[in-house]
Amino acid sequence: MNNTTQPIVRMQQLNKHFGSLHVLKHIDMQITPGEVVVVIGASGSGKSTLIRCINGLEEFQSGFLEVDSNELRPYGKSSEALQTIRTEVGMVFQQFNLFPHLSVIDNITLAPMKVRGWSRTDAVEAAKRLLERVGIADQADKYPSHLSGGQQQRVALARALAMEPRLMLFDEPTSALDPEMIGEVLDAMRELAKEGMTMVIVTHEMGFAREVADRVVFIHQGEITEEGPPEKLFDTPQHERTQSFLARVLKH
Amino acid sequence: MEVNFQFDWLAAFESIPHLLPGIPWTLLISFGGLAIGFFIGIFFGLLRISPLRWLRWPAIFYVEVFRGTPILVQVLFIFYGLPQILGGPINALVAGIAAIAVNSGAYISEIVRGSVQSIERGQGEASLSLGLSRTQAFRYVIWPQAFRRMIPPLGNQAIISIKDTSLFSVIGVGELVRQGQIYIATTFTALEVYFMVALMYLAITWTLSIVLRQLELRGLAGQ
Ligand SMILES: Nc1ncnc2c1ncn2[C@@H]1O[C@H](COP(=O)(O)OP(=O)(O)O)[C@@H](O)[C@H]1O
Ligand SMILES: [Mg+2]
Repeated sequence: MNNTTQPIVRMQQLNKHFGSLHVLKHIDMQITPGEVVVVIGASGSGKSTLIRCINGLEEFQSGFLEVDSNELRPYGKSSEALQTIRTEVGMVFQQFNLFPHLSVIDNITLAPMKVRGWSRTDAVEAAKRLLERVGIADQADKYPSHLSGGQQQRVALARALAMEPRLMLFDEPTSALDPEMIGEVLDAMRELAKEGMTMVIVTHEMGFAREVADRVVFIHQGEITEEGPPEKLFDTPQHERTQSFLARVLKH
Repeated sequence: MEVNFQFDWLAAFESIPHLLPGIPWTLLISFGGLAIGFFIGIFFGLLRISPLRWLRWPAIFYVEVFRGTPILVQVLFIFYGLPQILGGPINALVAGIAAIAVNSGAYISEIVRGSVQSIERGQGEASLSLGLSRTQAFRYVIWPQAFRRMIPPLGNQAIISIKDTSLFSVIGVGELVRQGQIYIATTFTALEVYFMVALMYLAITWTLSIVLRQLELRGLAGQ
């Protein structure tokens, strides 16, 4: 085990451009093991891009980024560190991105077998435990298209957890779900947070954010405008932009 | 003008045993050519989507050349032209298979490219986020899905290539049309014989269509 006081993510003066668009501006961010960080902000503010930099799905142009002591360099010039980071960082996507040609169990066992080199027996056993944990043990042999959205997202969560990640990234995990299915996914995430998983969550579920977050980060046009514990950020936001954003989203 | 003809059913029926020997040749040329064309197609189709420009370029060139010239010219070039370079004759069967291979290969590489590119971005991203390498992501996630989507257009290409082999009567390979021509030369029953030749092509292509439909119904092809 690493020294737990050492940050698992260290981001300093990170800048990211899409062509001429400056999407992330001088981002400084540290995440401590066990911490649950919720990222909020308007659509297009750079939330997805920010967390996708952490597992190298987006490359950045300047700044420093270290994940679990592996340094990711600008322009994606660090493929070995990248590979290590991706085996240690799990991600859940808005659109689930399950593999439609594989059964639920095969979705979950693929990476442990191919990346970690586990035997099929071990991988299946672990997968079944995870499915039980997210409450869908009976769906193991089905194909993703035969599951509800909420079930699919829980499979996606189990699939990411199967790699035994040290950090989990969530990019609007409930935004594509019908309202009645949001609860079951949030419950699974809540459990995970309780168990001490380090999580970075992009979400518009403010109630959930207030409940599980250790820290909320508000991002506006690619800049971290304000951050703090949920009570502080939600109840007494300091910046006008945070206030107007919260006024807009909390109305609904 | 008075139309005065009689369709001689007996002549049509009698031509069958003389045409049947053409079927194995037609099948051999088309499926032999398609099998090679499939590998050519995978090769150039994947080059075509490579991130490296100098790999893409030969693939684009290949497709443009063989899609942009008639297959009849291609087979004539191979059968009559190449021997001048090689210094020896080329077997007509080999020339026919080669023509189908290079021609279908060009179309199949476009099929391969299109199918691979049609797989949602999120599939590759999910794979990478799980720690799979790019190669593993391609092999276990992208390719199996792309392959299913390839089956319907590949079937379509197979039907086109089967019909294309009819042109190879010009190089004297004994496929269906050639057998018909030889038979007609002695019986002068062009109407009946070409009618039967057409039926035989239909029998082949229809069978193929049915097989493909079954694959799609069983969910092994398409989405
Ligand atoms: N692949 C891309 N190419 C070009 N621009 C992009 C791309 N992805 C995102 N952007 C732009 O970057 C900005 C931030 O996007 P994103 O991180 O997705 O925001 P959020 O997740 O907060 O809605 C937006 O203006 C978006 O249009
Ligand atoms: Mg987003």
